[in-house]
Amino acid sequence: MSEEYSFVVNGRPISVSTDGTAPLLSVLRDELSLRGSKFGCGTEQCGACMVLIDGKPEYSCSREISTVAGKAVTTVEGLPSNRALHPLQQTLLDEQAGQCGYCLSGILISAAALLAKNPRPSRADIIATLDPHLCRCGIHNRVIRAVQKAGAAIAEAQP
Amino acid sequence: MISNALPQSLIDNPILSQWIAFEEKGRVRVGSGKVEIGQGILTSLTQIAAEELDLRPEQINLVSGQTDVSPAEGFTSGSYSIAVGGASIRLVCAEVRSLFLDRLAEVLRCPPGELSVEDGKFLRGGKDTGHDYWSVAGEITLDRRLTGTAPVKRPSTYKIVGKHLPRLDLPAKVAGGGFIHDIAPENTLHARVLRQPWRGAHLAALDESAVRKAARTPIDIIHEGEFIAFTAENELAVMRASEAARTLAKWQGGTPPPADVGTPAWLKAQISRDKITDTGKPGREPAGRTVEASYSRPFLTYGSIATSCALAEFNDGSLKVWSHSQGPAVLRDWLARALGLPAAQVNVFHRQGAGAYGHNTADDAAFDASFIAMCQPGRTVRVQWSREDEFAAAPISTAMAITLRAVLGANNKPADWQIEIWSLPHAQRPGMNGNSNLLGASALPNAPPLNPLSDVPDERGGGATRNAVAIYDLPRHRLIHHLLPQVPMRTSSLRGLGAWANVFAIESFIDELSEIAGEDPVSYRLALLSDPRARRVVETAARMSNWFEQRNLPEGRARGFGFARYKNIASFAAVVVELEVSEEISLKKVWCAADAGLVIAPDGAKNQLEGGIIQGASFVMREQVRFEDGKVATATWDDYPILRFSDIPEIEIELIDNPNEPTLGLGEASVGPTGAAIGNALARALGKRIRDLPLTRERIMATLLSE
Repeated sequence: MSEEYSFVVNGRPISVSTDGTAPLLSVLRDELSLRGSKFGCGTEQCGACMVLIDGKPEYSCSREISTVAGKAVTTVEGLPSNRALHPLQQTLLDEQAGQCGYCLSGILISAAALLAKNPRPSRADIIATLDPHLCRCGIHNRVIRAVQKAGAAIAEAQP
Repeated sequence: MISNALPQSLIDNPILSQWIAFEEKGRVRVGSGKVEIGQGILTSLTQIAAEELDLRPEQINLVSGQTDVSPAEGFTSGSYSIAVGGASIRLVCAEVRSLFLDRLAEVLRCPPGELSVEDGKFLRGGKDTGHDYWSVAGEITLDRRLTGTAPVKRPSTYKIVGKHLPRLDLPAKVAGGGFIHDIAPENTLHARVLRQPWRGAHLAALDESAVRKAARTPIDIIHEGEFIAFTAENELAVMRASEAARTLAKWQGGTPPPADVGTPAWLKAQISRDKITDTGKPGREPAGRTVEASYSRPFLTYGSIATSCALAEFNDGSLKVWSHSQGPAVLRDWLARALGLPAAQVNVFHRQGAGAYGHNTADDAAFDASFIAMCQPGRTVRVQWSREDEFAAAPISTAMAITLRAVLGANNKPADWQIEIWSLPHAQRPGMNGNSNLLGASALPNAPPLNPLSDVPDERGGGATRNAVAIYDLPRHRLIHHLLPQVPMRTSSLRGLGAWANVFAIESFIDELSEIAGEDPVSYRLALLSDPRARRVVETAARMSNWFEQRNLPEGRARGFGFARYKNIASFAAVVVELEVSEEISLKKVWCAADAGLVIAPDGAKNQLEGGIIQGASFVMREQVRFEDGKVATATWDDYPILRFSDIPEIEIELIDNPNEPTLGLGEASVGPTGAAIGNALARALGKRIRDLPLTRERIMATLLSE
């Protein structure tokens, strides 16, 4: 049964007509062609699908679309502002914090939410935030450095 | 000295035009059969090509794994990509540069030595001649054999190789793109395949109407033999259909593995093909104290974060396939065979997937998409696997049992040494043993019977025997390899194949011998190592960690050492691990020294070593695939824990600068030494050794309580 669901994605109001039990991830990737959020497990165990819902990191792989109506969703595509990379995207590149890179979009989402609250997180804060994210290549320490550096850049830019 | 001996890739692809073309002004197309699997190969190969051609890196258009234009270079595996693929590109580019300069020297009637190249422009005495690669290209045919005689640059003159070039693929990835999973043409037909739970299983019953109901929107079902696929206009429908089908399907027959599959007792009870290799002093076994210890590892899976994906299109008898296969040209050949098409009618385009740490399901997904595309000509068929299928139907890295035995001579050094290995094969990639090894193909009616299995031959690094021969100075050495060829599942290659388990066993055993000898384990190793490069790596790791100065670590903390030269011919790596153990292991710090000869991309090399440390630690601390009722019982990441952010130690890496030695593959070098160092540190911390992997909380608790 298709129904109409309205929500905001990356600042843009969206309406989709779909089955209310469809996962948000499927709607983002297949209906809205926002393919930055990745499918990894479908069971909220790897973090590849992480998006912000009303500013909070949430798994999108099994989140039913009906529960997202009226909310604001941010995906990795929504992180840059004025076409400039989010500071975290830049520091990930600077640290070469990637091997295959498949986990990065989800990690970017969780880490960006952390830095929005606290641009000077401790190593322990970063680890606690990123622990739901699996990385198989072993870039963890590079990511932690990138988050710290991005945080410092954000803190410096703030008045 | 960088050798001019021809690497295998050039023997297989000897014509220059198989590698390089000057089609677009200002840019050079360089082909490679090696593909990006997260190791940064595209960037490193670009550096090598730009260096030898005197071009800027952005002038290189590296076309990787596109079977109609890239050279066929087998699989991207075994840490061969720089050592073989990179060496090939270096020779090709050096020769092309020489050919062009010789031709221009003829035109300008000057000695070639007066000419140089800058960003592709040809200079004479430092001044622009008005000629460049592209203006001269029309006068030179590259349809000629490479001679391998053109001089390559001296490493001391390198401007791009060995310097930092940012990874070329990462900008797209931090922006959310760059993966095969993100390719979504209009007109896509989505598909998923129901997998057999074990080899030879026959689908006795499947309630198709229940499957259709579960899909919620219309699906089609393809049913050929044991190959059952669901197709639909949207992916969600086929996801739901295949999920329902997995629970509804009733299977019978075939060869389900027994409950104790993979245990040392099971391995030792199997039919085996034995090979004994003796080296060193012949004659009677020397007298002395005999020491023996047995080690084991369980089944493991590669566990990429993405599930495999492929797209295929069949039009007018030609098949186009997009795949993250590690061997696009091999895949093309075996797809063609399995589908009854001429190889020339199949073109595989490599597109990036998540990291491949061994033989994964990329080739299987490519077959799935191809077969379904041939049932639906004109449609672009896209297949993406489920996580459950990745655990259940992926190639599996075999369990192994290893027994070491040494006779200690008067000075407590090994006077005799024996390693005995029981293992299933470590390789069933497409084409190996003449089998397609494509899951979908083996499910079709009249699928050819499986040819008898063997392991990777020793001259190609071996599978179970990889790193079986300890690198130490051993006067007598016996290797007994029990290859277990009757394999109830598709055992295949995971990073390092048998190497890391052998290194775990050997390096554990060396520590055990050093304890008996009452010597420091690093000093004991050094007393058995005469190779100066090996010594330097061991000494560097000891220096980095202040190994010989370590005093008074807090209760429950300990350090361990591990060392190996990967495959005994690739990179050297020594690792020190400091850990703490209460109920389980907590890694605190890791130091790693490595010698990889000439390093192309220093940060990329460190990244690989770092990744190998974390993955090697994960292998020995956590990982095990379990079987139940003939099936893989590991279905989710909860069943297959890997190291997470909260488990990661601080890591310090030092690369030994050795630019005049050939590049040695290093992607797998740190994996074995890390696992061994963890085992050794744990043994010191517990005062007791655990010889069966993984080193889980349960085993640690049992060891603590057994006292």
